[in-house]
Amino acid sequence: MADTYQKDGILVFLECDHNEIADVSLELVYKARELADRLKVSVHGILITGSTAISYSEPIFQRGCDFLHVTEDERLSFYETLPYTKIVSEIIHALEPQIVLFGATPVGRDLAPRVASNLKTGLTADCTDLQIGDHEDKKQKKIYKDILYQIRPAFGGNILATIIAPDHRPQMATVREGVIKIGPLNDKRGGEAIPFPVELNDSIFTNTIIKRTVAEKKLNLKAANIVVAGGGGVGSKENFELIHKLAETFGGMVGASRAAIDSGFVGRDHQVGQTGTTIRPKLYIAVGISGAIQHRAGMEESSKIIAVNTDPNAPIFKIAHYGIVGDFLEVIPMMIEAYKGKE
Amino acid sequence: MLKNIIVLAKQVPDTKNVSTEAMKADGTVNRAALPAVFNPEDLNALEMALDVKERFGHNVTVMTMGPPRAADILREALYRGVDRTILITDRAFAGADTLATSYVLALAIKKIGNFDLILAGRQAIDGDTAQIGPQVSEKIGINQITYTTEIVNIRSGIITLSRTLGRISELLKTKLPLLITVPAEANQPRTFGAKWFIKYKKAKTVRELESSVKARIKTGELKTEEQDSKIKEILEIYREKKLLIETWSANDLNADVDAIGLRGSPTKVKKVKSIVLTAAETKTIEATEAGINNLFHELIEDHTFG
Repeated sequence: MADTYQKDGILVFLECDHNEIADVSLELVYKARELADRLKVSVHGILITGSTAISYSEPIFQRGCDFLHVTEDERLSFYETLPYTKIVSEIIHALEPQIVLFGATPVGRDLAPRVASNLKTGLTADCTDLQIGDHEDKKQKKIYKDILYQIRPAFGGNILATIIAPDHRPQMATVREGVIKIGPLNDKRGGEAIPFPVELNDSIFTNTIIKRTVAEKKLNLKAANIVVAGGGGVGSKENFELIHKLAETFGGMVGASRAAIDSGFVGRDHQVGQTGTTIRPKLYIAVGISGAIQHRAGMEESSKIIAVNTDPNAPIFKIAHYGIVGDFLEVIPMMIEAYKGKE
Repeated sequence: MLKNIIVLAKQVPDTKNVSTEAMKADGTVNRAALPAVFNPEDLNALEMALDVKERFGHNVTVMTMGPPRAADILREALYRGVDRTILITDRAFAGADTLATSYVLALAIKKIGNFDLILAGRQAIDGDTAQIGPQVSEKIGINQITYTTEIVNIRSGIITLSRTLGRISELLKTKLPLLITVPAEANQPRTFGAKWFIKYKKAKTVRELESSVKARIKTGELKTEEQDSKIKEILEIYREKKLLIETWSANDLNADVDAIGLRGSPTKVKKVKSIVLTAAETKTIEATEAGINNLFHELIEDHTFG
């Protein structure tokens, strides 16, 4: 945390989601730490808030933030494009970070392009992975060391592109929620909270909110890269625990067929299918699901489908990329072992 | 009375309907085989603009930046009842990322001038970046409200609208001029109007008119020396009948060559990997430790995990 590390660091925009730090922002701090260790630089966070932010700081530091810059002003309680753009642009001018990261949330996707346009730098939207690597420009015979690889799906999810911005700083990206896997936290890790006051004229606040409602946090199956779903074949609520355990192992979410929900194995918001949610995760594991057309309509566009069923003639096998005929009570523990072994 | 309403639209490959014909043998997408369509959420933006026109008056202009064939979506906009269309096209724009594109669109908007509202779809289905709207509004120095689902009222320079930011819904007032982006759930875009369809079927860009004259020279119907005068004559007729789709180049916009196209684009594509969409067949995996280990090895190799 030497002072020399201050410039050229990595800056994370810490989004407040209804009085708490958005999950994706915490994931980003964790990822930023990983990248910063590789680059031997500091991790900075910028938090814009309408009220005192001290209670927020601990989880941010535990995930690897060195310097938490806080802009506090009661007019900033709710997100508004123009003042937020001004503050984030100013902290970037002050810190000169080499990388700036935002969550690919509605707020992040409103703010980041505005800031990038202001700074005339590149921005890659909706990344699913970030890496540090070199780039050789063969035409100019130039080698760029340690730049940010911004990896994202494009073209309706049909391709995976690695984007770089070799000649521009900062390198900016928005990153999807749930794609960064968080490892163990460092409880003892501390950081420094620093006020970052910004002068804001009343004229920059152009929006007047007449009414504002916040919906309950819903299970968002659509956001999951990996979904492990159980059907009637799982047999009981106790057995369904294995579905939860497998999903947890992969950092995925739990889905279910109508049969499992009607039997009370899991709540209705987990339902995948025509009457539930339609999803297309990278990986869908169907356990004890026969594969009725109503269910298939909700998941058949998943990039990869693994089906586990004791009945070799179950229709789910017709659309699965990988079929495992067997008892899930044996297969799931093997999957958990196999996954842990590969990590 | 409102000032100009401008809609930003894009012609995109129809990535949502990847048919079997558009698949190569290896399971990747053959982009050339995908039909080019009006970006779906830009149609929602257009619908909102036409609704505003009906309620509060004034002209709707639709502009698009793209290759010459993007004129197709401008005709589709005319069939729905817009007043003016502009095709921004130039080889010098090729390879533009969102920053370079927003620079050009902002120049074109300033050239039109006298605007109150700019609307764009939330995002385009080929890139899904959702960046153009915010980047354009920053460049022209106006406020933006993304994810606008409804325009409730416009009165004396103040607009009231609803927007959603994830689980947050807001009803808010703000000043014009304003740029808004519109998601699919905002409305149901209208279809073509019969009288407009009949009228604007004949709408053409300058380039399209030029090539039709050149084609007539090839067949011998016109003499080579007649080319220039004929083009001039036809352009005049089309302009008078309001059937001319305006075409603007980098020169028309006085664009800085360092800020457009590949040169003006900070981001570069380093690598592209196709994702195989459908398995030709189901692979049977043995329900044994070895079978599952191999499966997971495969899933890690092809980046399904991580």
